[in-house]
Amino acid sequence: MAEKIRVATASLCGCFGCHMSLLDIDERILELVELVEFDRTPITDIKTLGDCDLGLIEGGVANAENVEVLRDFRRHCKLLVAFGACAVNGGIPAMRNQFSLKQCLEESYVGGVGVHNPGIPNDPEIPLLLNQVHPIHEVVKVDYFLPGCPPSADAIWTFLTELLAGKPIAFPYTQIHYD
Amino acid sequence: MTSSLETARHPETLRRVCIEPLTRVEGHGKVTLLLDEANHIQQARLHIVEFRGFEKFIQGRPYWELPVLVQRLCGICPVSHHLAAAKACDQLIGVDRLTPTAEKVRRLMHLGQTFQSHALHFFHLSSPDLLFGFDDAVAHRNIVGVIQDYPEIAKRGVLMRKYGQEVIRVTSGKRVHGTGALPGGVNKALSPEERDYLASDVDQMVDWAEQSVQLIKRIFLTNKEYHYRFGAVDANTLGLIGTDGAFELYHGGLRAKDARGNTLLDHQDYRDYEQVIREEIKPWSYMKFPFLTQLGPEQGWYRVGPLARVNNCDRFDTPLAEQERQDFAAAGEGRPLQAALATHWARLIELLYCAEAIRELLPDPDLLGTELRLRGEMRAKGIGVVEAPRGTLFHHYEIDGDGLVTRANLIVSTTNNNQAMNTAIRQVASHYLDGRELTEPLLNQIEVAIRAYDPCLSCATHALGRMPLELDLRDASGALVDRICRHPDGTLEGLSEGTEGVAG
Repeated sequence: MAEKIRVATASLCGCFGCHMSLLDIDERILELVELVEFDRTPITDIKTLGDCDLGLIEGGVANAENVEVLRDFRRHCKLLVAFGACAVNGGIPAMRNQFSLKQCLEESYVGGVGVHNPGIPNDPEIPLLLNQVHPIHEVVKVDYFLPGCPPSADAIWTFLTELLAGKPIAFPYTQIHYD
Repeated sequence: MTSSLETARHPETLRRVCIEPLTRVEGHGKVTLLLDEANHIQQARLHIVEFRGFEKFIQGRPYWELPVLVQRLCGICPVSHHLAAAKACDQLIGVDRLTPTAEKVRRLMHLGQTFQSHALHFFHLSSPDLLFGFDDAVAHRNIVGVIQDYPEIAKRGVLMRKYGQEVIRVTSGKRVHGTGALPGGVNKALSPEERDYLASDVDQMVDWAEQSVQLIKRIFLTNKEYHYRFGAVDANTLGLIGTDGAFELYHGGLRAKDARGNTLLDHQDYRDYEQVIREEIKPWSYMKFPFLTQLGPEQGWYRVGPLARVNNCDRFDTPLAEQERQDFAAAGEGRPLQAALATHWARLIELLYCAEAIRELLPDPDLLGTELRLRGEMRAKGIGVVEAPRGTLFHHYEIDGDGLVTRANLIVSTTNNNQAMNTAIRQVASHYLDGRELTEPLLNQIEVAIRAYDPCLSCATHALGRMPLELDLRDASGALVDRICRHPDGTLEGLSEGTEGVAG
């Protein structure tokens, strides 16, 4: 048997919906684990990324840690995929780009409804936010873009199986239309 | 007293141990521990680093976008956000009571959501700790390990989640981020074919859910003493309750009890939540710390979610879940169970309830009805609350005369559990880790306590090490894309303070 393909996944500034859509392959996950093994992903306890064949990135880049995780994935993954709308173009969280970061933070932590002890959190343990939310290709080179909010489970399955089979990846229209 | 571990007196003299990213939780978070030379833990904090600014950036958007826009907060319980926003929008357009078809389609959608989320949490995320032990090998302690060692349990978990997702797809068009609810109603009812499709597997789901409850009960009661103590913290509880005191997920008044089970609030109209709850800000977390106003920030924090709900209700309206609730209540020996791992037991009782409630609802002819939407006089303020899988979820919106959002406040379930989770990790840290050399299995115990709350910390991940105070973001060619700097006093300074977009 051929060696298994090693796969890592991460969610940056996203909602985990793309990861949920990956799990929506349902019982096909039993087939998938015969073909791949997982490195760092939210469903394993591996905390440090190792060398991988494939990395899937959900979410855009909104803070300093997103940048570090994304660059770490680029260094360790032969192929890197922008997985879903937020990784591809920033998505809904990028709607904050029309406001300044200060305006967004003050809305929540200073002038918000029912706030007790107002003040913007600033402990060194919480990561520095970027002024704007960025798609991942503005920070690293990206090999594939898989659009959708989220990409459907069938689109993810087509992508993974054709990639693993070494075929050029082609989707029927029904798998890539948006809502 | 575990609360003393919130802030160490002299952090600069202590060694820092960080667990990050937290894994097998939905979303991201990290725990920091500060230890002295003898490995005594002086500080333990769960930090939530999520900040996306929804409350600001939805300002100026038309209210009718909210149910589909704000559900993008979370891909795991999008239906809960979808419905909380829709309920708030019902208020905005002056609809206090939906048509029977609209209300029942929404309830079905919500039951499907809770069923899939609970199955996901137990089987995909938490069962490895419970089936293999907290100290199982890292490479094996995950759903793939469960597939290999307990293929039947894993397959049932996968298929139960699938069923819940199919209920969502049928009622909202898509499994994740669908479009079923509209202000004042829903956009479609069920067809007879769709109803029959869901009905064909529902007996199997009830049966499997019942067996899942027996599995967790067996695990919990084998080594009972340990499971009673692990991560147990006395907490107030909060949740929605039916008008007759029955368990309720979609609509009801607020009920709060203290740790002994005495009632603090009952059948409180949730549209008055601003009087009932306030939120404290702490500088080390983006997640706020809500508390019951009547008790204040020190004493007023509370727990939401399955453990709170099953402790809070007088009964379930479905027979199998009610029988299991009685067993659960008896295990508390006269007071509410406060053990972290009892949350898994409560969660699976709810899983069973959802399966039974879906089975009871499916034959209802209203699901096939044609009266989908109502409209009334516009109002300036709308508040919608549901019990999401992880607990009480508040959406509050205000609009102007053109229907554009002027103000919003969202209190998500996991935020409601913020202090309870922090107190639980301090309990575990002081009882099981204090004075010991910290190994991976010991650190996993911290995560086991957090996992019990099934937190949905969606957004922002972490890398090891302290964060830089000044950051440049450059593209692949080295050109500066963004820069931000945090001064020692906490003020922020950036390259692009204004509203210009980023090139590319």
